[in-house]
Amino acid sequence: MRAKEVNSEMISKKGNPDKSADDKWVLRLYVAGESPKALTAYANLKKICQEQLKGRYSIEIIDLLENPQLGAEYQILALPTLVRKLPVPVRKIIGDLSNTERVLVGLDILPKN
Amino acid sequence: MNKTASKLAIESLQKSPSGIKGFDEITGGGLPTGRPTLICGGAGCGKTLFGLEFLVRGATQFNEPGILLSFEETIEELTKNVASLGFDLEDLVKNKKIALDYVRVERSEIEETGEYDLEGLFIRLAYAIDSIGAKRVVLDTIESLFAGLPNQLILRAELRRLFRWLKEKGVTAIITGERGDKTFTRQGLEEYVSDCVIMLDHRVTEQTSTRRLRVVKYRGSTHGTNEYPFLIDENGFSVLPVTSLGLNHTVSNKRVSSGITLLDKMLEGKGYYRGSTVLVSGTAGVGKTSIAAHFAEAACKRGERVLYFCFEESPDQLMRNMLSIGIKLEPWVQKGLLQFHATRPTLYGLEMHLAVTHKIVNAFKPDIVILDPVNTFVVSDKEYEVKTMLMRIVDFLKSKNITALFTSLTSGDTSLENSDVGISSLIDTWLLLRDIELSSERNRGMYVLKSRGMANSNQIREFILTDHGVELREVYIGASGGLTGSARVAQEALEDAELLKRKHEIEHKKREIERKRKALESKIATLHADFDSEESEAVKLIKAEQDIIKKLEQDKMEMAISRKAVMEKRAPVNLKKSL
Repeated sequence: MRAKEVNSEMISKKGNPDKSADDKWVLRLYVAGESPKALTAYANLKKICQEQLKGRYSIEIIDLLENPQLGAEYQILALPTLVRKLPVPVRKIIGDLSNTERVLVGLDILPKN
Repeated sequence: MNKTASKLAIESLQKSPSGIKGFDEITGGGLPTGRPTLICGGAGCGKTLFGLEFLVRGATQFNEPGILLSFEETIEELTKNVASLGFDLEDLVKNKKIALDYVRVERSEIEETGEYDLEGLFIRLAYAIDSIGAKRVVLDTIESLFAGLPNQLILRAELRRLFRWLKEKGVTAIITGERGDKTFTRQGLEEYVSDCVIMLDHRVTEQTSTRRLRVVKYRGSTHGTNEYPFLIDENGFSVLPVTSLGLNHTVSNKRVSSGITLLDKMLEGKGYYRGSTVLVSGTAGVGKTSIAAHFAEAACKRGERVLYFCFEESPDQLMRNMLSIGIKLEPWVQKGLLQFHATRPTLYGLEMHLAVTHKIVNAFKPDIVILDPVNTFVVSDKEYEVKTMLMRIVDFLKSKNITALFTSLTSGDTSLENSDVGISSLIDTWLLLRDIELSSERNRGMYVLKSRGMANSNQIREFILTDHGVELREVYIGASGGLTGSARVAQEALEDAELLKRKHEIEHKKREIERKRKALESKIATLHADFDSEESEAVKLIKAEQDIIKKLEQDKMEMAISRKAVMEKRAPVNLKKSL
């Protein structure tokens, strides 16, 4: 796997009292090259993570143009797609993540409605 | 734009053969190369299978690797499903002839959070295409995306892009789609894929299902526009064009005996033409099957192979019944020259019957095929369809130079010369069996209604089933017309009696003359005897007289000598001469 690790911040400091210490978030963002949508998505993701999951997350960016075979693992069709690998269950959200509320719902950070 | 150039381009539209039996014939070569084709139809009508067979045949027969992007079934499911049709997908995948990819779209897992496109799908497809150098792509069925992705605007735009992209890639693609209410597909895919649209249908009429295929549209190509029945069996898809074979089969001048000597005599003394189609029709119980069995037995005796389809009796029953008229079929079955196939016409649809016929004929390679009877199909389906089916069977058998014998039951209330199935025009030799009712007796009669290409007898023969087979009798032709059955027997007996009487009379006369001759002869004999005795008496008398004369002469001589006189000698009297 030649995934391009753009940013991997692992901070063990406890930020959110609701979550346990080993509750780390592993997120993977699938993009196709440095398209405007990909850049927007990455910026939005960074922002949301900083705000909601400070220090408890890692983001892996996979460029399918470079590694097309990686798309099958999580059934990636739409781009950009964000996959929450951890905590389980796996969740997928698609789009450039500009709708913050939906991202939070989709990632199960906020309960649905 | 140069009009003629584009026209030429259309005319030389390249086609990729699908390898599906019959389909390439109706489309004039297959699917348009490098363009997407839409296959639409209801649930369970064979869309996926069509796509898969297109891929498998492409990979195995035309050296064109292919990709299947499945949105509905997983790879394992697909592999298992098509294994029953004889496709070994695993092997093909291993040899990089086919790549399978399962795309799962789960609405619950997808949350839309802004702008997106389906580049991921494109990339996966492109990756798959490049990895095996695919020339063929099947998307089955892309409509699942509509259920998974809420934003239809994006989806439709992306689909449009996808099909354009497929064209640019130059792959021959099949896109399947579920049939919609008023549109070809539920999601209106025909908007995007408009080069070639094929509709599959699975209809149930009278409890029998028939699959049908229709080429709705084929841009830049002529194509058959009919609905063609097709079927799916263990060898995959086969489309059966109604008249794909045309009427250009070569004919044989060879003749083949019907197995009944007098019937052969009615047909110029030689029997049917080889490769012709014979119809034996008649009302119930006139012996149609017996004629068929005779034909079969005669063929087997010549060492030919016979395929017997029976739709009303089981082979055992048929063989037993034929034994009663002295036709032994069982030894031929054991020798492998005769093969029975007994199925109820209602077992499956006409197309399946047709396909089964094709398959068995191709496997058994018979010289003679018997269908007994053909009109039981009418019960199960519409007459027109039966006719087209029989037409196809006739065409098929003729193209293989197989002599076919059909029997057909005519019901009592219709005209005898009107076969129920209306296939008379397809028939070369038509034997009609009829019952002749005369003086409260029902007898069988047979005549040759028509026989193409030969001077057949126009006589109605009496047809008798005996313990040594079918016998055709010369019909009694007398002053009062043709007589059959006991009337004929009575007439014949009458004539026989008369003849006998005449014979007796002649004998009698002969005897009388003999007797008279004998009487005459005996009379002659007595006369002879009388005469003989009289004659001997006379001779005796004459002798005595002569002796007396001699004595007298001697005496005279002696007297003369004594008197020394000279006397001249007298000639003696010839008694015999004077008699």
